[in-house]
Amino acid sequence: MRVEKHPVLGDLPEAKLVTITVDGRRIQAREGEVIAAALSAAGIRAFRKTPIHHKPRGLFCAIGRCTDCAMTVDGVPNVRTCVTRVREGMEIETQDGLGKWGEGK
Amino acid sequence: MACKTEIKEKKRGPLAVIECTEDIPCNPCTTCCAQKAITFEGSINSLPKLDEDKCTGCGICVARCPGMAIFVVDREYSETECLVSFPHEFLPMPQAGEEIVASDRQGKPVCAGTVHRVVRPESFDGTAVVTIKIPKEYADQVRGIRTERGV
Amino acid sequence: MTYQTQVAIIGAGPAGLSAALEVAKQGGKVMVFDENDRAGGQLFKQIHKFFGSGHHGAGVRGIRLGQQLLEQCIQSGVEICLSTVVFGIFPGNELGIVKDGRSHTVKADKILIAAGAGEKPLAFPGWDLPGVMGAGAAQTMVNINRVRPGNRILTIGSGNVGLVVSYQLLQAGASVAGIVEGLPKINGYAVHANKLMRQGVPVYLSHTVIEARGDGQVEEAVIAEVGPGFVPIEGTEQTLSVDTICLAVGLTPSVELPRMAELAMVHLPKMGGYIPLHDSHMRSSNPDIYVAGDVAGIEEASTAMEEGKLAGVSMAEALGLVSAQRARELAGEIEERIGELRIGSHGDARRMAKEEIVRGYEAWLAKQK
Repeated sequence: MRVEKHPVLGDLPEAKLVTITVDGRRIQAREGEVIAAALSAAGIRAFRKTPIHHKPRGLFCAIGRCTDCAMTVDGVPNVRTCVTRVREGMEIETQDGLGKWGEGK
Repeated sequence: MACKTEIKEKKRGPLAVIECTEDIPCNPCTTCCAQKAITFEGSINSLPKLDEDKCTGCGICVARCPGMAIFVVDREYSETECLVSFPHEFLPMPQAGEEIVASDRQGKPVCAGTVHRVVRPESFDGTAVVTIKIPKEYADQVRGIRTERGV
Repeated sequence: MTYQTQVAIIGAGPAGLSAALEVAKQGGKVMVFDENDRAGGQLFKQIHKFFGSGHHGAGVRGIRLGQQLLEQCIQSGVEICLSTVVFGIFPGNELGIVKDGRSHTVKADKILIAAGAGEKPLAFPGWDLPGVMGAGAAQTMVNINRVRPGNRILTIGSGNVGLVVSYQLLQAGASVAGIVEGLPKINGYAVHANKLMRQGVPVYLSHTVIEARGDGQVEEAVIAEVGPGFVPIEGTEQTLSVDTICLAVGLTPSVELPRMAELAMVHLPKMGGYIPLHDSHMRSSNPDIYVAGDVAGIEEASTAMEEGKLAGVSMAEALGLVSAQRARELAGEIEERIGELRIGSHGDARRMAKEEIVRGYEAWLAKQK
């Protein structure tokens, strides 16, 4: 799903890869990219479950406004994954409802 | 003395075809033309007008038009063929000599053709002006090639 | 700690940066705050060539205009504070900001709110499935993050955002199954629609989306033709196999800070919702607070840049950095350029709406006396 080549933006520059863990699954991410990009590139589209009906939600605004992409990152719930950049060893969990502190850590 | 050719000879060679249909504020087509062949009457909202006598069919306006609404058509490239130039911003870039299916304004396939030339200098900033060679009867119909992509 | 500045600008997008540059040119001290970790607002995802004339940057891609603007700001000594959230605006021209988890205060002589806009959602059965997203979100994904949000896209809304984003999704290698438009005509520029149609993208006029279906994510979309009052016509439903639905149904100004500052507002649906009243030089009902860009009514980046400049000149004049006569000259040139962008079949409505905002401001001002 990565846009490797682009008629206007050119080739995707090479980047160092880092490894992050999503619900226990290790995936590779480009250093410095936002978590939501790494997840989308890995084909992951459900980021959290709604508080009442536990229905999956995913990326919606991609600019940090709507909070639909909130996940638990390194034990901190409600992290907006569309504006938070990956780091080597980051542990990311699908968030259920409002999430709990300490999960995924 | 009898004058045989009173009728002005119809201009031959490539000519710009401007398919700008709305009064939107925009003027790069007039400012980029070295021949001053494209002009407005009034504000930059008016539709551009082409002076066919001045147009050399160079194709700069094809690359510059932000609406990608200008084409160059050479109706009489040969006895049977015409050339149609259009802006193209998709990958893979067509290559000269490549056989293609030419399509119309709705993207419907019209006829087979060949890529005649691809011009894509840095100054066009990613936009290529692609010229294809097709049977001349399709000169007014063909406006590009489709890039089939995705799933 | 407390920061002191002559001008504080909220939002480092096209309006905010343009304003900052004007103030800095006149020798003013400017601080620009943006919650994002990169400046430019939404300009850096505008990879298409802009309309307008030479002085609007016509024929140049938005992304290049953004780079130029940012470089000029940096050269002119504008201080841009990124990853900084402005959480409040308080009496006495004070801003509350949070940076690196700590809160600080900014005291400014003049404040410009250029906070931009957010995308409007559209509710329909299944709209909460992963894969339904704002068109701007899809644009951010392909042009900034370089990841396709999906491979087969349906776009709802044929305004310029819907059309431009659909085209850019094609450029990023996705396929676009169609554009759905409730009106019987294309809402944005015909030239943008023509670019898509030449690639065989169907435009479904007088249609709406009925439902998104899928197991845990979008797998298909049901659309139908609409009759009078946008009511779907039974029996016209068709199912399209798509994995992504992009909503391009308009933007709404981000007026949280104007509300907190208790600025007088007007509700103008054609400009996106509630808009702070402002005079023709972008000053709001609070004489120390200015507004520019999408927060002052939804338009394009080109107009946002001009409005930003106007606010910049206006603030510089109010601060005594530039004489009233010079300010009038500068403002006159900017207004002429803005005028050029607000004419024609698409621009007329925006011009009239902007005039309504200014008239509202004048009526508000008259009542204060």
